[in-house]
Amino acid sequence: MSTTVETSKQGGALAATANYLDERAGVGGILKNFGRKVFPDHWSFMLGEVALYSFVILLISGTFLTFFYQPAMTEVIYDGAYVPLKGAQMSIAYASSLDISFEIRGGMLMRQAHHWSALLFVAAAGLHMLRVFFTGAFRKPREINWLVGFMLFILGMAAGFTGYSLPDDLLSGNGLRIIDGMIKGIPVMGTTISSFLFGGEFPGTEIVARLYGLHILLVPALILIFIAIHLFMVIIHKHTHYSGPGRTDENVVGYPLMPVYVAKAGGFFFIVFGVVMAISATFTINPIWNYGPYDPSPVSAGTQPDWYIGWLDGALRLAPSNLDVSILGYTYPFGVLIPLVGSLVFLGLVAVYPFVEAWVTGDKREHHVLDRPRNAPVRTAIGAAGVTFYGVLWAAASTDLIAVFFQMSLNHVLTVMQITLIAGPVVAYIITKRTCLALQRKDREIVLHGRETGRIVRLPHGEYIEVHEPLDKFEMYKLVDFKDYRPTVVRPNKYGKITVGTRMRAALSRLYFEDRIAPVTQTELNEAQSHDHSPAVSAPAAQDQLTK
Amino acid sequence: MKNRFFRSRRKPLAATLVIAAGLLFSGGGYAVATSVVETSATEYTAEQISEGRKLFLANCASCHGLNSEGSAAGPSLIGVGAASVDFQVGTGRMPGQGSGPQLPKKNVQFTDEQISLMGAYIASLAPGPAIPEQKYLEATGDATHGGELFRINCAMCHNAVGAAGALTEGKYAPNLEGSEAKHIYEAMLIGPQNMPVFNDANITPQDKNDIITYLAYLEENPSAGGFELGNLGPVAEGLFLWIFGLGLIVAITVWLGAKSN
Repeated sequence: MSTTVETSKQGGALAATANYLDERAGVGGILKNFGRKVFPDHWSFMLGEVALYSFVILLISGTFLTFFYQPAMTEVIYDGAYVPLKGAQMSIAYASSLDISFEIRGGMLMRQAHHWSALLFVAAAGLHMLRVFFTGAFRKPREINWLVGFMLFILGMAAGFTGYSLPDDLLSGNGLRIIDGMIKGIPVMGTTISSFLFGGEFPGTEIVARLYGLHILLVPALILIFIAIHLFMVIIHKHTHYSGPGRTDENVVGYPLMPVYVAKAGGFFFIVFGVVMAISATFTINPIWNYGPYDPSPVSAGTQPDWYIGWLDGALRLAPSNLDVSILGYTYPFGVLIPLVGSLVFLGLVAVYPFVEAWVTGDKREHHVLDRPRNAPVRTAIGAAGVTFYGVLWAAASTDLIAVFFQMSLNHVLTVMQITLIAGPVVAYIITKRTCLALQRKDREIVLHGRETGRIVRLPHGEYIEVHEPLDKFEMYKLVDFKDYRPTVVRPNKYGKITVGTRMRAALSRLYFEDRIAPVTQTELNEAQSHDHSPAVSAPAAQDQLTK
Repeated sequence: MKNRFFRSRRKPLAATLVIAAGLLFSGGGYAVATSVVETSATEYTAEQISEGRKLFLANCASCHGLNSEGSAAGPSLIGVGAASVDFQVGTGRMPGQGSGPQLPKKNVQFTDEQISLMGAYIASLAPGPAIPEQKYLEATGDATHGGELFRINCAMCHNAVGAAGALTEGKYAPNLEGSEAKHIYEAMLIGPQNMPVFNDANITPQDKNDIITYLAYLEENPSAGGFELGNLGPVAEGLFLWIFGLGLIVAITVWLGAKSN
């Protein structure tokens, strides 16, 4: 009792408050644990943060929008400020969206901030996912967190799509019509699912209110839960780091959360917020007043979904449109089913990739040091192939705009995209893999012989040599500290049988590790140095080679 | 009497009569509906027509034929009316330069006076759509109705606000920004190049005026939300976000992650 009084006298109000909280909520212990969490410093570790901050902006601006938006499809006659729609018949949802844009103070800014930050949320999450993939951050123990992040990406798309349809304008209505068509394309039960979703025949009078419920309640709640799990796992696993002196799979090198990262991340939030607000204040997004109220008959040219749904739209555009097969009275529209199944398979592959790679390498160790993409050539090549596949589908969503603005034939653009969709990933795979191997060879050369300086020296006996400058330790770490894998050998199991699984694994392992550049070993380095007579530099990491 | 009447319905001649009546009715109705092609509202003098013919022979006849009867290089102009000449030459599409899926808009090659003379000559060959009356071009109509008509009839090719759209095989619906009211009206009337005809029975002159009013409103009132990114919709928005939005933020992360010297 007496000590408490003393503390408050010494430290003033701040210390008293801290003490009050500590005695009642154990804040001191929590801060001690969390405050000392160490995070490494690298720009690419901030991309997930950008997604998180965009989500915060989404919550703030979204709450503002719910004050004024009315999710009803009852028809009214518009009598608001936008002249070319005065007297037009439209749903209450569309009218209230127009009111938010033109009559609510700050409404336009908030609507645009909500939409721009939605685009940014998914974009930053996607870029973060690519960083995690190409640096191998998904390896043990983070495979489950990869799945959580994957779910967040899907939920981001779901949140975006349900929100996109709320203004009930012509553009979003057309988007819904496409979804309705895809659902109806599902064999046997498509039509039933569609009437269940829309409460009868499309568009009905229910869908906007239903999407609204999903958009403001279920989807954001799920996103919040998954974000909590995602961050909790980051705390448990600790952050990964790039290789460097003193950085191993057993530690993490960086700055503590308190006070460095709290200040840095807090400041970064306001930077992201500022960028989103600056864009929202100066650039129009989704001018719903241009599209007009939803009416099932017209479809405007340039009808596209937001970017993160674009690849699905592109898949529909590229699929052959004349593949309807009729079996036992049911029509199977393969022009719809191929994109539907194809995109699900693609997403499935993205989700399970960490498990596939772990199985192929047979590596059960924990990994906290990230790979440089070149040091995992096949993974990087697979990633490049995936990015190409996605990128072609994505570009295919704008075939019409490409045709108009580059003065090409729409038909030719489509054909070229169809070919690129198949051939592009293969070419990307080969080029990327070869580039990675070449870069690894270059690294090896630099480690063994130092950097070329361009200085030509004539030795006393007349020989000319170029002086090679030995690397410093920091550079050396970056170049030699990576895992080396070798193809697994097919061995019979305890029953003396070679299973199909083993064979498959061996085949995949060969694909991964057949062409490989081994990291420089200490012996090789010593050898090179004695040959060069350059000052001794020791190879930092012991090369543990996996021979399974 | 009654029986005879019913029996007579089954005679072959009756069927022929019914078909003839039906054809007369529907065909006649169609003829009435489509004959709303205006004959020249203004009478041209013989001097204007002969001046126009001289211009035609010097600039157009090599493709359209000496008597505008058409050739392999260009269609017949008999009956296309002064509106066609005014649109095609007045927007610079004619005289065409080079072949392609579609003749693009370019700098106008003739003076208004010369265009009107050529129009007089073409109009003298056969009745055809005339240059629209000024009262329909003042953008004084109902913008709401015009907007609705635009979305139903025009937006599927020209985009919701006329920012251009693709057609098949390299053809396209051009951007409407900066188009003169007269040319918008004439385009609907004559259906140039790949555009369908929206005649006066389909879209009345007043409706055309409403559409012109809507487009004029869009041109005079830029987006309340800020820069429009070409009004191209989500593709332009997505590109902007990835390149400038995320690009800027990534540049900032690099700056924040950079080690101080």
